[in-house]
Amino acid sequence: MREGLTGSRIRERRAMTSLKQAELASRIGISASYLNLIEHNRRRIGGKLLLNIASALGVDASALTEGAEAALIAKLREAASAARLPKVDVNTADEFAGRFPGWAEVLAAGYRRVGALERTVEALSDRLANDPKLAASVHELLSTAAAIRSTASILANDKKITTEWRDRFHGNLDQDSRRLAQSSKALVNYLDDQSGDQEGYAIGSPQEEVDAFLAEHDYTFEEIESGTIAAEELVGQSEGLVSGSARHIARGILQQLALDAGEVSLQKLHDQIQSLGMDPIRLAKYFAVSVSTILRRLGSLKSLNAGLVVCDRTGSLLFRKPTKGFTIPRFDAPCALLPLFDGLSSVGQISRNKIAVAGRSEMEFEVFAVAEPVSVLSYNNAPFVQATMLVVPLNSNELSDLSKPIEIGATCRVCPREHCPARRQPSILSSGF
Amino acid sequence: MKKRVLLVEDEPNIIEAITFLLSREGWHVDIQTDGATAVKRVRELQPDLLMLDHMLPGKSGLDILIELRSDDQFLALPILMLTARGQMRDRVEAEAAGVSRFMTKPFSNTEVLAAVRDLTRN
Repeated sequence: MREGLTGSRIRERRAMTSLKQAELASRIGISASYLNLIEHNRRRIGGKLLLNIASALGVDASALTEGAEAALIAKLREAASAARLPKVDVNTADEFAGRFPGWAEVLAAGYRRVGALERTVEALSDRLANDPKLAASVHELLSTAAAIRSTASILANDKKITTEWRDRFHGNLDQDSRRLAQSSKALVNYLDDQSGDQEGYAIGSPQEEVDAFLAEHDYTFEEIESGTIAAEELVGQSEGLVSGSARHIARGILQQLALDAGEVSLQKLHDQIQSLGMDPIRLAKYFAVSVSTILRRLGSLKSLNAGLVVCDRTGSLLFRKPTKGFTIPRFDAPCALLPLFDGLSSVGQISRNKIAVAGRSEMEFEVFAVAEPVSVLSYNNAPFVQATMLVVPLNSNELSDLSKPIEIGATCRVCPREHCPARRQPSILSSGF
Repeated sequence: MKKRVLLVEDEPNIIEAITFLLSREGWHVDIQTDGATAVKRVRELQPDLLMLDHMLPGKSGLDILIELRSDDQFLALPILMLTARGQMRDRVEAEAAGVSRFMTKPFSNTEVLAAVRDLTRN
């Protein structure tokens, strides 16, 4: 079981060094698929192969194996905090792992599994309630079934039906049964497509294609940052961006990224954070750019591991980058309490808040948000405004000068806060499906 | 004089089946296949009953329902909503908007006829 955690540690270390899976596999002389199995804890790892991997990652082999212990204890602490155990019990996680390693693994695995299932419930609930493609497919199926049922019933029960009507209804039945066969096949194909992919990225709508494209690149586009490839070209190379709408959305996101990178390089931003601190206003002043630009750049900074959300003035989400503990639903409307939306009524005001996300882990984040005009200013025309929100994870032991957090949820359907003033619909967590 | 029903539905074969059924019951059936001009058509025809699909091109059945109920003239008009959207949320929204009866597809002819008779008894 411990070897499994070593695989996870290898994956973490590789991600930290921005090394692609295929590159690492090539360096150590194994196939990418085999490395994938190792990283996903499906193959034991040890001996020379472990040493080779450690060498390629530039770490000592013990850092990979001992790291596993640390990862287990961290997961146990997380589980204990989520269960609201007293701090004194949370602090005994290492002792528990040492005395009962097998049980500790079981507990940590169970905790991980619950987390994965909760995310699946969130995604499925979101899809069932709001996926326009699924809704249209089901509507087509049920409407055809309704036509068949009604027509067949007339033919079976109406003994006085004229030949003309009978022939017409027979024709309708034939037509509808073909349609039913086609639409049910299309629906099955659509659902099959959803189950095969990893990380829950079910491709269906253009926005989903874009989300999958961004996730596939881990929201990092070094070639765009360095200007070695144009947005148009990168979009053209992507096999995942199938629909014209998805390509249009992705192109817009990458073009914005290229513009931002031209104004603020990630390296310079990183350096300035060291001297000015994580202060978007000071950083914007230093680089002479808008606060929105700084928030977007901070969202691209890997070391910050921050989430980023952008919406227009209707509240429609234009960009969403999740981070651990903070996700934005793909179809359903997000929580109305997000500071993102506050800015839309006070353009230019920069907010800084602490938020706590309802759910098992109750993680806390420091959130910066601002709404700024994005169109060219002209007389007597209200500018087109976009709001941007950066979501920075706060470590549980990190001190923050922000006191009481704003309590938010992912979306009403999966939010456990029953008496929330912003609730739009009942939660399935209390009332069931 | 025959009673008049306006059927707002975009599925041709459902239209034919319901038209046949209601004609046998002595109804005059008018057809409207898009949502955009449905309210205008109701104003013109002044039907005794409105049968309304939920998902329609142009304007949803729910929006049509809300618009009609906001007009005093149509507060008492019996409206039977036929829908493939059977979720509790859709039913609650339709009931809040003043639907007279909410029926999910695939429905049976017996259910439809019983609802029509019930809604237009007086």
